[in-house]
Amino acid sequence: MFGYYLDLAWRNLRRHVVLTALMIAAIAFGVGASMTTLTVLHVLSRDPIPGKSHELYYVQLDPRPASRTGDPAAGEEPVPQLTRADAEALLRAGRADHQAMMVGGNAGVEPVNEGGAPSALPASFVDARWTSADFFAMFQVPFAAGRAWTAEDDAGAARVVVITRELAEKLFGAVAVTGRSVRVNGVPMRVVGVIDRWQLSPHFYDLTSGTYGIAEEVFAPFSTSRELRFGLSGDMNCWEDAPDPEAVGAPCDWIQFWVELDGKDRAAAYHDFLVQYSEDQRKAGRFQRPPNVRLRDVIAWLDHKQVVPDEVHLQTTVALGFLAVCLINTVGLLLTKFLRRSAEIGVRRALGASRRSIFLQLMVEAGVIGAAGGALGLGLAWLGLLAVRHQPTDYAELARLDLPMLAATVVLAIASSLLAGLLPAWRGCQLPPAIQLKSQ
Amino acid sequence: MLHMKDVSKVFRTEMVETHALRSLTLEIRDTEFVAVTGPSGSGKSTFLNIAGLLEELTGGEYLLDGVDVSRLDDRTRSRLRNEKIGFVFQSFNLIPDLDLYDNVDVPLRYRGFTSGERRRRIEAALEQVGLRSRTRHYPAELSGGQQQRVAIARAIAGAPKLLLADEPTGNLDSQMAREVMQLLEGLNAQGTLVVIVTHDPEIAGRAQRNIHLVDGVSVDLDRGPSLVASGHAAVRPSA
Repeated sequence: MFGYYLDLAWRNLRRHVVLTALMIAAIAFGVGASMTTLTVLHVLSRDPIPGKSHELYYVQLDPRPASRTGDPAAGEEPVPQLTRADAEALLRAGRADHQAMMVGGNAGVEPVNEGGAPSALPASFVDARWTSADFFAMFQVPFAAGRAWTAEDDAGAARVVVITRELAEKLFGAVAVTGRSVRVNGVPMRVVGVIDRWQLSPHFYDLTSGTYGIAEEVFAPFSTSRELRFGLSGDMNCWEDAPDPEAVGAPCDWIQFWVELDGKDRAAAYHDFLVQYSEDQRKAGRFQRPPNVRLRDVIAWLDHKQVVPDEVHLQTTVALGFLAVCLINTVGLLLTKFLRRSAEIGVRRALGASRRSIFLQLMVEAGVIGAAGGALGLGLAWLGLLAVRHQPTDYAELARLDLPMLAATVVLAIASSLLAGLLPAWRGCQLPPAIQLKSQ
Repeated sequence: MLHMKDVSKVFRTEMVETHALRSLTLEIRDTEFVAVTGPSGSGKSTFLNIAGLLEELTGGEYLLDGVDVSRLDDRTRSRLRNEKIGFVFQSFNLIPDLDLYDNVDVPLRYRGFTSGERRRRIEAALEQVGLRSRTRHYPAELSGGQQQRVAIARAIAGAPKLLLADEPTGNLDSQMAREVMQLLEGLNAQGTLVVIVTHDPEIAGRAQRNIHLVDGVSVDLDRGPSLVASGHAAVRPSA
């Protein structure tokens, strides 16, 4: 019977073209607006590193003086980043499966020719990350050539660098350039690895330098970067005067520290370790307040930082409200359409259609309207996302329909139309046939 | 075939209670040709709707082909209506968007026949009413008499035992009315029970017996008081 209902739906939709077009348009605009904003919300709030987001944890300690703190028992948040002293101490302790300290930076990079002569190419000024060896394994960085540097390179402040495929092609016209040298801020450094296309979005491992659309092109050991005083980017907060904020003992937080822990037991043990570390630091006179630590996995960290802009939430709410208005209109139009056919419904009932048959027939008709509205809505969502991509926001480029959202659009459209069709179809199937036949 | 005992139907609103049928008792055999007559408001249409399972009765007992239909759910009633009853209406009630073939197809769809079986029945029914060559025409392209013949084809395509006709000639001129009556008489001759609601004395006169309703009660004019529940009967001999 489904085929029969589809055929009837098609005939009836063609019979009232204007009414049908209005309903399809209502569904399409509602779905188009909703899917535009829902897609933006989806891409901005999705798990940036699926499968590993519950194994990576962001570390926070609270080294601030007691006089400046509130009551940590009341849940006051520790400082957002670590001091250099704490980051280096935790890295040395090596109590996690993997750990990485890091900070954003920038650098002028130029290739060095085979003979060691400077290149004629002008220096490229790029975003950089000064980090430690485990970074690449922890964040699943794919290598097109070479490998990451080692812990020994970290310890020895080796002049090594990892660059992106794009930068390698730009500097050398090739990807397999391990062993070649580049000058980073004028200092020759050996390329040990070239990473393949890779970008985590949101840029969760360092939210101080931006949330979306951030892509570093040069990676070098943190120790090397500090020895050579490479430029920094991001936030730095000092709670006391610090002549050299980057110094090991400076009272400033400016370093992100991530650990990889396999399982909740390991996470609990690491949390205990951080508490003990804080206690030890307090006994040693570095920390003044009771241990106040945080250990959040990626999702909890993103939630805590509320990375999705407020305006996106607002736009989504408004769009869903618009969809609701469109659906209410569709309910009214469907009611008009179905009740106008009360005579036909009466005839069908007299000829043997049960209420259920009539209900299904009308719901199929509503579903066909939804499918048509969904197809049009898909086009409108595509246009909406195109408009978003032309906005001056850092997430603009991410606003694209992926397969799940494509499917979600169709499902939303059909579900919406079926929802809108429920009441009219119910009213339609409840029409008493005798009265409809008599009124003919 | 059609057995009603003490059947009543009351329509209630907040203000008014209307007794459309009062303790109606009657029995109609399988192959009869019966006319139901009576003045306006006498309960003729209500009787037809209850007999056709389009309305539920308020009280009493109704057996259709031996099945007590008083307390059946909608699905069972619909299936029974589809299998055992054919309807012919005064205003034809063809579906204007469907051509003749698809109009006749409607009850067969709900019966669940295969497409081949449906085609066979549709073509046979349209052949029987003389419109086999017009299957792809739409109702608006036909005269009133032709439309009523299509309605009859639709009613008989499922081979029902009972044909209920509500003023089937009311919208037709005398020539067309005669043709339609001949069709109905032919169906009756082939074994279909035909019940016609009419207030046309000529039509009623062609029936084998008349049931006259007044204020929701009936008198079987031809069979005498044994089937009469209560009576405000006007006696009129059948033709």
